Amino acid sequence: MTVRARVIPCLDVANGRVVKGVNFVELRDAGDPVEQARAYDAAGADELCFLDITASHEDRGTILDVVRRTAAVCFMPLTVGGGVRTADDARALLLAGADKVAVNSAAVSRPEVVADIAERFGSQCCVASIDARRVDGGWEVFTHGGRRPTGIDAVAHALRLAELGAGELLVTSMDRDGTRGGYDLDLIRAIADRTTVPVVASGGVGGLDDLVAGIRDGHASAVLAASIFHFGEASIADAHAALAAAGIPVRRPVTAQEPRWTR
Amino acid sequence: MLALIDYGAGNLYSVANALKAAGCDDLIVTADPDAVARADRIVLPGVGAFGACARALRSIDGMVDALDRRVRTEAAPFLGVCVGMQLMADAGEEMGTHPGLGWIAGRVRKLEPGSMDAKVPHMGWNDVIPTGEHPLIVPGEAYFLHSYAFDGADVIATTDHAGPVTAAIGRDNMLGVQFHPEKSQSYGLAILERFLAWRS
Repeated sequence: MTVRARVIPCLDVANGRVVKGVNFVELRDAGDPVEQARAYDAAGADELCFLDITASHEDRGTILDVVRRTAAVCFMPLTVGGGVRTADDARALLLAGADKVAVNSAAVSRPEVVADIAERFGSQCCVASIDARRVDGGWEVFTHGGRRPTGIDAVAHALRLAELGAGELLVTSMDRDGTRGGYDLDLIRAIADRTTVPVVASGGVGGLDDLVAGIRDGHASAVLAASIFHFGEASIADAHAALAAAGIPVRRPVTAQEPRWTR
Repeated sequence: MLALIDYGAGNLYSVANALKAAGCDDLIVTADPDAVARADRIVLPGVGAFGACARALRSIDGMVDALDRRVRTEAAPFLGVCVGMQLMADAGEEMGTHPGLGWIAGRVRKLEPGSMDAKVPHMGWNDVIPTGEHPLIVPGEAYFLHSYAFDGADVIATTDHAGPVTAAIGRDNMLGVQFHPEKSQSYGLAILERFLAWRS
């Protein structure tokens, strides 16, 4: 088999607490990102993504502490995004235990930040995150949670960031985000078909079929979702089973792995 | 005592955490060649570019000599992870050609995107396929995250990314894994657990 399609749950974290997260019944504190991360680790998530939506840049220490505590108990890759402006911001997250760092707004105003991070820490840890909306004849990059237009073509921007050294592109449709209407497959495919780096589909998942479509029709290497996991509508195992049923390579179920370490 | 070499590699703490979870209760994170000389086992982590990692390791006075003596002459069990495994090779061809430790004959070369299904970086879970019997490396799935791969002797496991790609190398008391055991959940922790008991 070849490299597996990845299923990535995403948690929004503000001031060290999960804002939009899973209501796992067994959690003592559903607002603690470390507990949620541990639950996803046990459930066999392929990776985890923390999006730090803390409003103030002064409070960066909080997310570093969350990352440090998560890395101590979770043995899967962790991507952290939100508020990363410089290579030094990235370094602080990597030293705290993040495996990859996602850059968004800073790469719009200064795309070279992607090259800075890739040169210092390697392309493998540099994720370029792009928020896009449909406009006439294509897609436009938006910043600030999809509120601020930039006039920049999203596909060209994504390809440029890959050329500058991004090792992965996280592509979010702001038209679809929160709608549960499925990924913007045309957007995902327009980028995935024109780059040799992996693309993560994001924004709009309403069900397991959307995950399948993201890989099969969007040509993404990984699928990111929030609410279907958060509200307990689907488990990581359900997601893997749906992808496998569509003929997409995924990991074996957790129960088939090393018994000593299966919790 | 297990020495985890600190030469500025980014994944140091993840590797330390995973070793502790696998049962290591006597671990030091160190840049001191004297500590390496006394260590029962040695782990060399690494992420990022081969040249930068090789330079950083050499910049620690006496470290390469201490590693050579403890691992190659005195046969202390050694584990290299990702770029730490690549450093066991003769040379790496990432942003120029840089000498490695020269423990295992071979070179580290860029992965070429084989097709749109085999993107680079090779990122995600993939098979570990042993080429023979090895006490530490068993078939399973592990997390890979790399754009360069080892090509040479003493390959003990491969993976498939538009063709075979080296997943592990080793000889005698030396083991190197391209994948990240510290990020490979139960499969990876079990390898670390076996490493802690290896040859003792």
